[in-house]
Amino acid sequence: MATIMKKVDAVIVGFGWTGAIMAKELTEAGLNVVALERGPMQDTYPDGNYPQVIDELTYSVRKKLFQDISKETVTIRHSVNDVALPNRQLGAFLPGNGVGGAGLHWSGVHFRVDPIELRMRSHYEERYGKHFIPKDMTIQDFGVSYEELEPFFDYAEKVFGTSGQAWTVNGQLVGEGRGGNPYAPDRSNPFPLEAQKNTVSAQLFQKAATAVGYKPYNLPSANTSGPYTNPYGAQMGPCNFCGFCSGYVCYMYSKASPNVNILPALRQVPNFELRPNSHVLKVNLDNTKSKATGVTYIDAQGRECEQPADLVILGAFQFHNVRLMLLSGIGKPYDPISGEGVVGKNFAYQNMATIKAFFDKDTHTNNFIGAGGNGVAIDDFNADNFDHGPHGFVGGSPMWVNQAGSRPIAGTSNPPGTPAWGSAWKRATADYYTHQVSMDAHGAHQSYRGNYLDLDPVYHDAYGLPLLRMTFDWQENDIKMNRFMVEKMGKIAEAMNPKAIAVLGKKVGEHFNTASYQTTHLNGGAIMGTDPKTSALNRYLQCWDVHNVFVPGASAFPQGLGYNPTGLVAALTYWSARAIREQYLKNPGPLVQA
Amino acid sequence: MKARVIASFAASLALLGNCSVSAADADLIKQGEYLARAGDCVACHTAKGGKPFAGGLPMETPIGVIYSTNITPDKTGLGAYSFADFDKAVRHGVAKSGSTLYPAMPYPSYARVSESDMQALYAYFMKGVEPVAQENRASDIPWPLSMRWPLAAWRWMFAPPVADTPEVAGADPVISRGAYLVEGLGHCGACHTPRALTMQEKALSAADGSAFLSGSAPLEGWIAKSLRGDHKDGLGSWSEEQLVQFLKTGRSDRSAVFGGMSDVVVHSMQYMSQDDLTAIARYLKSLPAMDPQNPPHQYDKQVAEALWKGDDSRPGASVYIDNCAACHRTDGHGYTRVFPALAGNPVVQTADATSLINIVLNGGTLPATHTAPSTFTMPAFAWRLSDQEVADVVSFVRGSWGNKGAAVKASDVADLRKNDMHTTSGDDLGQVTQPH
Repeated sequence: MATIMKKVDAVIVGFGWTGAIMAKELTEAGLNVVALERGPMQDTYPDGNYPQVIDELTYSVRKKLFQDISKETVTIRHSVNDVALPNRQLGAFLPGNGVGGAGLHWSGVHFRVDPIELRMRSHYEERYGKHFIPKDMTIQDFGVSYEELEPFFDYAEKVFGTSGQAWTVNGQLVGEGRGGNPYAPDRSNPFPLEAQKNTVSAQLFQKAATAVGYKPYNLPSANTSGPYTNPYGAQMGPCNFCGFCSGYVCYMYSKASPNVNILPALRQVPNFELRPNSHVLKVNLDNTKSKATGVTYIDAQGRECEQPADLVILGAFQFHNVRLMLLSGIGKPYDPISGEGVVGKNFAYQNMATIKAFFDKDTHTNNFIGAGGNGVAIDDFNADNFDHGPHGFVGGSPMWVNQAGSRPIAGTSNPPGTPAWGSAWKRATADYYTHQVSMDAHGAHQSYRGNYLDLDPVYHDAYGLPLLRMTFDWQENDIKMNRFMVEKMGKIAEAMNPKAIAVLGKKVGEHFNTASYQTTHLNGGAIMGTDPKTSALNRYLQCWDVHNVFVPGASAFPQGLGYNPTGLVAALTYWSARAIREQYLKNPGPLVQA
Repeated sequence: MKARVIASFAASLALLGNCSVSAADADLIKQGEYLARAGDCVACHTAKGGKPFAGGLPMETPIGVIYSTNITPDKTGLGAYSFADFDKAVRHGVAKSGSTLYPAMPYPSYARVSESDMQALYAYFMKGVEPVAQENRASDIPWPLSMRWPLAAWRWMFAPPVADTPEVAGADPVISRGAYLVEGLGHCGACHTPRALTMQEKALSAADGSAFLSGSAPLEGWIAKSLRGDHKDGLGSWSEEQLVQFLKTGRSDRSAVFGGMSDVVVHSMQYMSQDDLTAIARYLKSLPAMDPQNPPHQYDKQVAEALWKGDDSRPGASVYIDNCAACHRTDGHGYTRVFPALAGNPVVQTADATSLINIVLNGGTLPATHTAPSTFTMPAFAWRLSDQEVADVVSFVRGSWGNKGAAVKASDVADLRKNDMHTTSGDDLGQVTQPH
């Protein structure tokens, strides 16, 4: 028998970025809000205490801040013809856990979006014709434009305390020769903080990229270039380039997180409650199945509880949102054979390539320092900033040096041909540890008919509920784009005049490898759009079928971006919250008529 | 816990607002609530986890533990108190029963409170506070020390007469207001003025002598530092604006609240009006320095330059680099409003280094305030640094960048470590407070 909790106006599932933003927005609107976070309470103190947090074994190797997959994991297969097996060791992606979620352990690269990527299908059809997009590629438009989102990007940057250099502000050129990105869309304000200083490796990339004819710019970073106070009164310290960002709690209060940037303000309001260790099992629907009545969760004492609410926000990680919808019977599950249904559809990722350049001992790159959001990038091959016509693939890729700090256990790389152990390895490590530059092509990833999410028919979690099943593999378009990007990035690497180069790109016929880390930028599965036949959510992230359920997060992206997703996730969440505050609360019901 | 205190204030006020309280009464109660905050009555009259103003907080005195009293309008509290009874207790130090209060109750300071403010406080405690039935707890002081008549003698000797202070012609009204708050309800001297052997504050007002607010001996592990005009260890280097910012938010450009003052900011000062904070700051800034020479801080760049070059040969320098410099920086300037400056900071240069040693050993959390909700925690280093290392780094901080604090010894650290001070943690300090 579930314990029935006192009804609230809104219940939020998950307390990462989207949960925190929604909590702030909805409490500002006067709602009583409860956030249920699956994992434990976490904060800079005590979880980020210096120097205990500078512990690569605990955090990176033993994955302290990540999901406990002994309780719940995903099963993975490459195609519908394979049998999916549980992912028993986190590798390719690292979903967060606990208060702050992935927003506590992220790096801090804080982009907006290239405007064309919000209207991917329309743009490609307009420029390259209807037949350019491969038949099984299911890319779609988001249903919202950059211009509509601009104020929300702007506000999110102010909340995050983002460092960067604008190119134009209200049409006025301000960033030329100062590290601005000429491909960046117009902005209504400069970045709240000036760009961070560049590491030697980023400077080498900048010089080489310029020599090759590209247009390098400073990465926008949610690691602070100086002390900062955000619109909520929350304060940040300055980043000191300690190099412990991704996978760690920032001890300097300098990496934006829900914990540092939003939670302090929420603690001041009486109409908000955060319940950690509260694992939501499903959203409860009324008998019409068109309205949610609340959620059922297991509390810290292991009791089953029901939290009634008028409004349900699914703010969990991308694939948890999708799984909760499937477990709750919200929206029609996607069927890859017929192509019908929407929940689980358009599951997409990031298409990475990496090149490492190794130098003689007179080039000092000090790889032990770094900041997760810091670096120098080019957008010459991102989005549709070049003519895709002759190359026959869809999608683009920013390229960068993002020196995030090479830590002693995992952070060492040696030139190709170096043994993986023994005295030769030791010698090479001593020779190259501080004399190398690593650069990435952070490729966009498209959605395809055969890459999708559904409930696994065999495997269950610790609560007896089916695991989520990923059916995912690289497609021809992905490999083509990846190889193109490696070639272009290789020119920059060569222009640095290194002693040796190592290339980590995709080979023809390569399959998805769950063991090697390839970002935690998983997208889609509960996508937004303009048509309930092809999307699970409307343009305000509201479920088409259940109007009082909103699902912010990268699960709403119809395909992956070239940029890192957090900036768009945050902006879309503020956009959705505005619609809830200004439209939905006054007249609860569908915000878009199907 | 404190959050609930404040929430229930609001709730009880709202409750009473709906009953038979007239608008004039409501204004008076509201004024009384404000004054009760100025006096931080809640700090002593509420036990940890207890109901607001119901008393029961244990307080160590040299002769034994005493417990604060119930001052809610219940019959176990102030229920039967007339205004005259209330006034007699608050300003004269005499309970309704006729016995003299322990001077843990700062009635020598409250003697300064005006008649009209007393009326407002009375209205608040009788009509604006939720009654709580909770019997007062007798002290643990053994006979014969528990006899109260010596307290009466103490009172006759040291408590000033109660009379509204006459306005001084030509005095700055802002400074006069500041004096009224600091010397009166604020009872700042209770911690910040040194006490004589007989435990009375050595001065109760600016006019009473230069000992007033000149800093205390260690109290619960912290030094309540001098608030006078000395640059080295007083407020000489602070601007009026920085003081206002500090009292309102717990932080200024170059400093952050810690120790016992955290509670004062969270429960009292942050509620003060801008005008009253300005008055307090201007008055404090009007107090002359104890040291007639009083040289301003001269920044010395030698240490920063040495550290910048990788020279950590100075004792304590390497401990500083490894543990402190990320936030407080090699130049000792910290970061504006986030990580306090150590260079020129009077807190690190007090004659007695107890506060600095304590904060290195146990860390501290900057409390959340309504207008500055971020809590910054300096981690504890007791588990990591030996007595000698703490002594070295404290001495390094006290003697670098132009600072003039004397070196400390490992034995000083050992003594404080033995005291087993609890860390000022974010768990009970203003992490959850209600907005007003």
